[in-house]
Amino acid sequence: MDHVLELRKVSKRYPNHVAVDDVSLRVPKGALFSLVGPSGCGKTTTLRMIAGFDQPTSGELLLNGQRIEHLRPYERNVSTVFQNYALFPHLSARENIEFGLRRRGLADLNEPVNKVLDLLQLAGKESRYPSQMSGGEKQRVALARSLVLEPELLLLDEPLSALDPQLRKKVRVELKSLQRSVGITFLMVTHDQEEALSLSDQIAVMNKGKVEQVGTPQEIYHKPATRFVAGFLGHVNWIDDAGVRPESTFIATEPKNGIARSRPAVIRHAMFYGNCFHVEAELSGGIKAVSEVPPDEHRYTPGQQVHVWWHIDDEIRLP
Amino acid sequence: MAPAATLLAILFLIPIAIVAAYSLLSRGPYGGVMPPWNVENYMRLADPLYLSILWRTILYSFLATAVCLLAGFPLAWFISRSGTRKGLFLALVIVPFWTSFLVRTYAWMFLLRDTGLINSTLQWLGLIHDPLPLLYNPFAVIVGLVYGYLPFMILPIYSTLEKLDPALLEASADLGARPMTTMFQVVIPLAKPGMLAGGVLVFISCLGAYLTPDLLGGGKTIMIGNLVQNQFTAARDWPFGAALSLLLMAVVMAMLMPVLRREKDGLL
Repeated sequence: MDHVLELRKVSKRYPNHVAVDDVSLRVPKGALFSLVGPSGCGKTTTLRMIAGFDQPTSGELLLNGQRIEHLRPYERNVSTVFQNYALFPHLSARENIEFGLRRRGLADLNEPVNKVLDLLQLAGKESRYPSQMSGGEKQRVALARSLVLEPELLLLDEPLSALDPQLRKKVRVELKSLQRSVGITFLMVTHDQEEALSLSDQIAVMNKGKVEQVGTPQEIYHKPATRFVAGFLGHVNWIDDAGVRPESTFIATEPKNGIARSRPAVIRHAMFYGNCFHVEAELSGGIKAVSEVPPDEHRYTPGQQVHVWWHIDDEIRLP
Repeated sequence: MAPAATLLAILFLIPIAIVAAYSLLSRGPYGGVMPPWNVENYMRLADPLYLSILWRTILYSFLATAVCLLAGFPLAWFISRSGTRKGLFLALVIVPFWTSFLVRTYAWMFLLRDTGLINSTLQWLGLIHDPLPLLYNPFAVIVGLVYGYLPFMILPIYSTLEKLDPALLEASADLGARPMTTMFQVVIPLAKPGMLAGGVLVFISCLGAYLTPDLLGGGKTIMIGNLVQNQFTAARDWPFGAALSLLLMAVVMAMLMPVLRREKDGLL
């Protein structure tokens, strides 16, 4: 068995709308798998059905080959890290972490708890209450509370969204290395495409209750299956039927020949992003194209006549 | 600050000061108070008769509070979980307050007396032959107290349960806790402030009750509230009535102290 979780034609229908529509997925063992999509795309509902908080209207959920859709949340060996962590406010960090172990009636709680406290650099902070913890500490306690149970699958609901933006990138790196070191399969839900691309081994892109594409970050980014997927994971210039990413779109004062395609255009404006400029040019027919230009190469003024060009190889062709 | 302090003085401190002054004076021939000043009224409080009434008052109040807690918590939990019908159920809890407490207590007498609804129904069903003694005894008094003050227990508990983050219940289930474990390990600990507030409200209200023991107890099982009332009416002994009132206040303060201290230490 090379996958931990399998969803077979899972749907969640409400009287007035379909939250999850006939979703089939396989989550490989030991992977960091992301469900991404805009809000309302059904990714959180999918996560909640896997955890057992919501029941699918139809379809099958298999955890290591066993059907689990009829099991209550406390009967599934799946654990969840909640968006706002949902730490028990009346319990200390240690007591929060012990909570699940106590339910299993373990005799020795200290050894596993101390191990996970070390793993998440919480040693010395175990007597703190949630109200005394920083956002980062709360997140580590929430992770520890779930990981100490050694679940077959760890579900993470927007794990980084409650953190300060400065902290987010640091924690992203830590989360990835944590997942590698514990070897537990992570299934993460996020609306942040950058987060999904940088963290995941595999991504499923959801839109309007359906999975539009499943693949590695590179596949999803370079070979998107639909226009929605292409647009969700970064900007795409759609020039006729070809899509070109801004980093593959170039601007020149002379037309390009040979392997490149070249179109006359007029510079509209430029936006500075620190490491580059995004220069927007307008092609004939009102088509707008954004080019990523290194800061030292930006010498364009609005209204200037230029040529936008790109390599045919860099074109995104939808199947 | 100044207006609040003035209001507090007028509504709270001055009346207590008057009661305190009365308690140190002597009784007038037709009620009222007169000199000389003395502490005789306080000496009389030590009479075993009065102490037994005080003890009974505390016992009944404690029992009524315990029953209110046992009945009020499940009700508050049920209301907090009933979605769109919450408003309706809360209204049902509050509606009885729209009519006089006296009228509602009389209604209980009609239910509990020998020829009342409960006894006549049981007799009609053939379950009993002689009517059960439901009225004019401690049982009736405690039933009346529970009935009268149950909303004071339900409302504070409801308000803490209402604020409970549903994700905590999901987290508990997610970590392997069955519903009953979640109830005892998560819900009840987090509802403690509401239970304590409700307990204090019900207990204090019961300590001062006089209508319920008077009507449902039939004057046989009097509580300290009846004793105080009696001193100001039939007995025409205002100074002793005032001393009894202050004793009741002292008891309330003594019982509240541990609760207030917990609150101050942030242990709630």
